[in-house]
Order: sequence, then C-alpha cells, then structure tokens
Amino acid sequence: MGQILSALGVVILGVAACAGYFWGSNVILDRIYPPRGPNAGANIMRANTIRPWLFVGPALFALTIYLIYPVFASVWLSLHDRSGETFVGTSNYTWMLNDPEFRQSFRNNMLWLLIVPAGATFFGLLAAAVTDRIWWGNIAKSLIFLPMAISFIGASVIWKFIYDYRGEGQPEIGLLNAIVVGLGGEPHAWITMPFWNNVFLMVILIWIQTGFAMVILSAALRGIPEETIEAAVLDGASPLQIFFKIKVPQIWGTIAVVWTTITILVLKVFDIVLAMTNGQWNTQVLANLMFNWMFRGGGDFGRGAAIAVIIMVLVIPIMIWNIRNASKEQ
Amino acid sequence: MEGIAGRNPLVTWLVHISAALLVIIWTVPTMGLFISSLRDKDQIAVSGWWTALSGSEQNLVERTAAPDEAVERDGTWVLEGNLFGENEGTVSAFGWRAQEPAAFQPGETAELRGGETLTVEKDGTYILSSVEQPEGKRGQRIFFTSLQPPKFTLDNYRNVLFSQGIGRSFINSLTVTIPSTVIPILIAAFAAYALAWMPFPGRALLLATVVGLLVVPLQMSLIPLLQMYNSVGGFLGVPAKTYAGIWLAHTGFGLPLAIYLLRNYMAGLPREIIESARVDGASDFEIFVKIILPLSFPALASFAIFQFLWVWNDLLIAMVFLGNNEEQLVLTGRLRELLGSRGGNWEILTASAFVTIIIPLLVFITLQRYLVRGLLAGSVKGG
Repeated sequence: MGQILSALGVVILGVAACAGYFWGSNVILDRIYPPRGPNAGANIMRANTIRPWLFVGPALFALTIYLIYPVFASVWLSLHDRSGETFVGTSNYTWMLNDPEFRQSFRNNMLWLLIVPAGATFFGLLAAAVTDRIWWGNIAKSLIFLPMAISFIGASVIWKFIYDYRGEGQPEIGLLNAIVVGLGGEPHAWITMPFWNNVFLMVILIWIQTGFAMVILSAALRGIPEETIEAAVLDGASPLQIFFKIKVPQIWGTIAVVWTTITILVLKVFDIVLAMTNGQWNTQVLANLMFNWMFRGGGDFGRGAAIAVIIMVLVIPIMIWNIRNASKEQ
Repeated sequence: MEGIAGRNPLVTWLVHISAALLVIIWTVPTMGLFISSLRDKDQIAVSGWWTALSGSEQNLVERTAAPDEAVERDGTWVLEGNLFGENEGTVSAFGWRAQEPAAFQPGETAELRGGETLTVEKDGTYILSSVEQPEGKRGQRIFFTSLQPPKFTLDNYRNVLFSQGIGRSFINSLTVTIPSTVIPILIAAFAAYALAWMPFPGRALLLATVVGLLVVPLQMSLIPLLQMYNSVGGFLGVPAKTYAGIWLAHTGFGLPLAIYLLRNYMAGLPREIIESARVDGASDFEIFVKIILPLSFPALASFAIFQFLWVWNDLLIAMVFLGNNEEQLVLTGRLRELLGSRGGNWEILTASAFVTIIIPLLVFITLQRYLVRGLLAGSVKGG
C-alpha cells in the first residue's frame, strides 16, 4: 500500500514539477523580455522565438535520450565486441549471416510478416463487413475488439491452455485437442510440432489484432459515399460484387495503413514467443533472439545490437512511407 | 446497406451466421480461461472446462475405516461409512481389486477374497461385513468411479493472490503504470501545442522526426539505455533498476504517439478561437492552459487509455529495466515466471492470468469510445 501511495506522490510531484517548469519558464521569459514598456514590440518578437523551445524542450530532451541517441548508439555498438569496447568492424554481421539460429529467426520473422498482417486484415475486413449489416453488430464488434486489451503474455496463457496436450488415453483438457479427438483424430502436442507451431503462435497475434483492423476498416467502410453503392445496386450488382468491386477498392489506403501498422507490431513480436516456446522447436524470432543475446552468458551487447539493427532496417521502408504521407497532409 | 442485405434472406442468414461464428471464436478462449479459473483444481486436471456444468468422472481409491472399529450385529461384524466423507458425489461403479476397479455397479454385493462381502451404494455409503471379527488398523481398499458434482470455488484466486505473489505484483504493476501514464501526457501536450500553433524554425522537421520515431522498434533502445542506466546508477551510487527509471523509460517511449495524437487533434481546433484569444492579449501559455487543454480532453483521454494499456501489458521494458525481486516484479513478469515454474498447474495459471487481464478489460469496456476515437485519429487520418 505504501508503495502505491509513493507512486501517487510521484505523480503529484511530477505533475507539479512539469507544471512548475512550464509556468516558471514562461514567467521568467516575460520578465526578461517584458511585453510592455519602451521595447515592447521587439521584446514580444524575441520572446516568441524562444517560447516554442520552452514548450517542446522537455519532450525533445526525452525523445533524444530514449529514442534518437539509442538508434545511433545501437549502430555503433553493433560494430563492437560483446562488452561494447573493442571495435570489431562488421564481424557481428558476418557472424549473424552464418549463424543457423539467426537464419531460422529471420525466416520465421518473414513468415510472421506474411501471415499475421494478412490474417488480421482479412478477418478484420470480414468482421467489419458482417457486423455493419446486423442489428447486434455493435455488441459483436465490442466482443471481437476485446482481445486487444489483453497482454501478449495473458493471451499466451489463454492459448497455451487451448493447445494443451495430455497424452493419449487421458481426457484432453485443451480445447483444440478435444475438438480433434471429437472429430476422430489423434491428439498432438501442437506447440512442439516444427513449422506448424509457428502458425499456432501466429494465431494468437491474429486473434489479438483482428479487432484493431476491424474497427479501422469498419470506419473506412462507413465513410464510402452512398452514391457509389446505390449506383451499383441499380446496375444489379450482387452483395459480393458490391463488396469486392466497389467497397474494397475505395478503402485500399486504409487497408494499407492497417497492414503496415500490424507489420511493425509483428517485427517486434517478443512476448508471445518467449512465453510459449522461448524459441525452442524452431520458433525463434528476431526480437526474442536479440533479448537472448542481451543476457546470454552475461550479455553480448555487440551481437544483440546487431540483431536490433536488422529489425530497424526492416522497419525503415514503412517509416519513410509514413513520413511521406504525414508531410503530404500538412 | 440494410436494404441490400434484406433483399436476399440467404445472404442475411449467412451474414448473421458468420458474425456469430466470429464472435464465438473470439470470445471462447477468454471464456475458457475464466471458467477454468473458477473450477476446483482436481476437476480442471481431469476434464475440459466445457464440461464444467456436467460434473466430472474421477477414478478414486479410498480405504474403509480400520477393521478394529467393526461392530457386531446379528452375528456378523459390520463396518460402515461413506467413501466421500464430508463431501458429496455419486458412485457409478466400484471394485476391490486394482485390476478391476469398476467391476460392480452400485448396490451390488461383492465377495472379497477373505469371504467378506462389500456393498457400495450410489451415495458412497458402504457396508463391509464378515463372519469373523476383523483385525488390524488398515482398512480394505475400495476402488470406485465417482461422478463429482460441478464445483466452483474462489480458492484459486485466494491462492494466487496471497501465496503466489500475484497480489504483490498487482501493486507493483499499479506503481509502474500510474506515473508512466500521467507524466508523458503533460510533456506531450505542451510540445503538441507548440507543433500545432506556434511557428518556429525546424517545426516541420521536428514533426517528421516524431512521425518517424513512432515506428522505431524498442529493441534499438534497450542495450544503449541499459548501459546508460548502469553507469548513471553507478555514478550516483543507486541501483540501476528502479521505479524512477522505468517511469522515465515509459515516458520516453510513449511520447511520439502522445505528441502525434495530441498535435493532430489540436491542429484541428478552430483557428478563430486561438486568434481571438491572441487579439485579446492572452499569452501562449494562457491560451494553452485555459483554452486548448480543456478542449483537447477527448484526445488526452484516448492517449491516456493507450498508454495505460500499453504500460500495464508491457513485459519487455519491465524485464529489462526492473529487477526480478518481490518488490519489483510486475504482473506480466510474474505470469511469465509462473508459466515456467507452474507449467501444468492450470488452476494457478488461469486465475493469475485473469487477475492480470481484468483491469485492462474493465478499462477497455468502460472507455472504448475514447479508444476507438484515438485509434481512428492515429491511423486513418495520419496514415
């Protein structure tokens, strides 16, 4: 209890300090360049060139320390040995290219990149299309959206329970095996089946992300001008034709946004793999491998940073695309 | 839209059925977790949660009372008792040899090796009678198949909250989450206002940087920051893994989204309000505090929800920047530990998992409106 009180204390203190900084720095600025008196005009000009920097200052400082500097530091570290002190050139990268575990992680990550965004977008689009047409659509949407609130690790427990395997002859308490047995099949230890276990892990992320895709695509679908649909109806188009030939082409932009957002999430996928298999049975991915090297044998910062750089490089195309789009809007 | 679907009853039915299927697939996993967390731990281990209401069959072994306690009645020595003791259950078969544990139906009389006879009723009462006076302390073993009535209990929750450390971790999670949610909002709000309404050189570049930083993978930051924390901790003589450290880390990582969301929202506010306030002689600070901040409440709320969910659900940052000890292990970290150490104990895992997801679920259900608005502002508009 005392700990929560101290956390609340920190909140109050932190908010007070922030407010005090913004308020105080503004007062000081107005003291130095008073907006009245003989030089009022020049003072206001000067104050107005400084003031924006007072406003963005703390944010800029935090962004620099926590995100900008580390990008450069990681690149620098990736060219050094495990302790981060001796320059080793590109040897971390050549090590990586020849390391079977890295290659496997890379392959798996590519698989994740193909399947998860496609799956989540597909199911999201399907859910958006059907829930917009029924009277209980809002409740259905809320329920499909709900897994978004669940942590990756919580979702991992939920699905590990579904994939549970008890061995032959015992009653299966995992839903998947119970269904398979009920249909006359053999129960399996799904998590340890190479290759397919990757798909079973991806299902978890698709399950979480479908709600996100659905909400955004549903808003886009509702934004489609009625006239285009009415025209198609008059021309005698079937509901499926209307959906695929009239609606979907009009929301390609939004589908791309959903796809890239999930792609970025997939590149960083870590918790699910850590919790379900920790990379065993050929399920390793880059983010988990990087985490492993950070602490493996006391930590190899060079190799860890090199893997992080690879993840970053994979993100860069999307980053550039985002910046382009955002500046087009200005 | 209704008209189109309504014209063809087959399409309408297909739409309803596929919506129902999606909803079922998306809710059943969580439901299974919740139902299991309330079941008796012996039942979880032997039957699926979907049978929770129909009771479960178990093969059990009990011993009768000690032979010394037999009483003489009409020339025979009789031992009486109930296999279930204080509990309730239904016997569906019984036997006295391990090879044939279900050889007899309840109500039948079985003849044992020494000439005794054994009768077990459905409700578990048994009568073991013999002609000679039995001796010894060990009772006769009775094998039986019992149909346990469905049993729901809060014991699992009591166990994880007070014995498995989930209660303590809950407090730790709150300690991490509250400051990590509040602090970035204030910092971001000021920056967002400057980026939206104050002209200064480099503004476009700064904005592009924020958009770029939105997608920078956290993995890039981990190692340099870990090194930095270690050296700062060493320099100041404090531990490297502290709550203050993780609050600041979450603040830094949350800022790009916060600035981006808030700037987009503030830039959409009507220009006239701000201009007329400027004409009236209000300073930027006054405009921000008195006009912009109250008007931006919806955007502030959506970011707060995002950040809360993200921090509460985070595992990676907590694993790197917080210790693994009782005072600092957050819920997600604890759940991961339990997954490793209690892999097969589903009563512990399901109850723990439910405790970790209940707060985000409640936040999510009650504040969904703001969350959806934030999602739309964050992706459709900004692209």
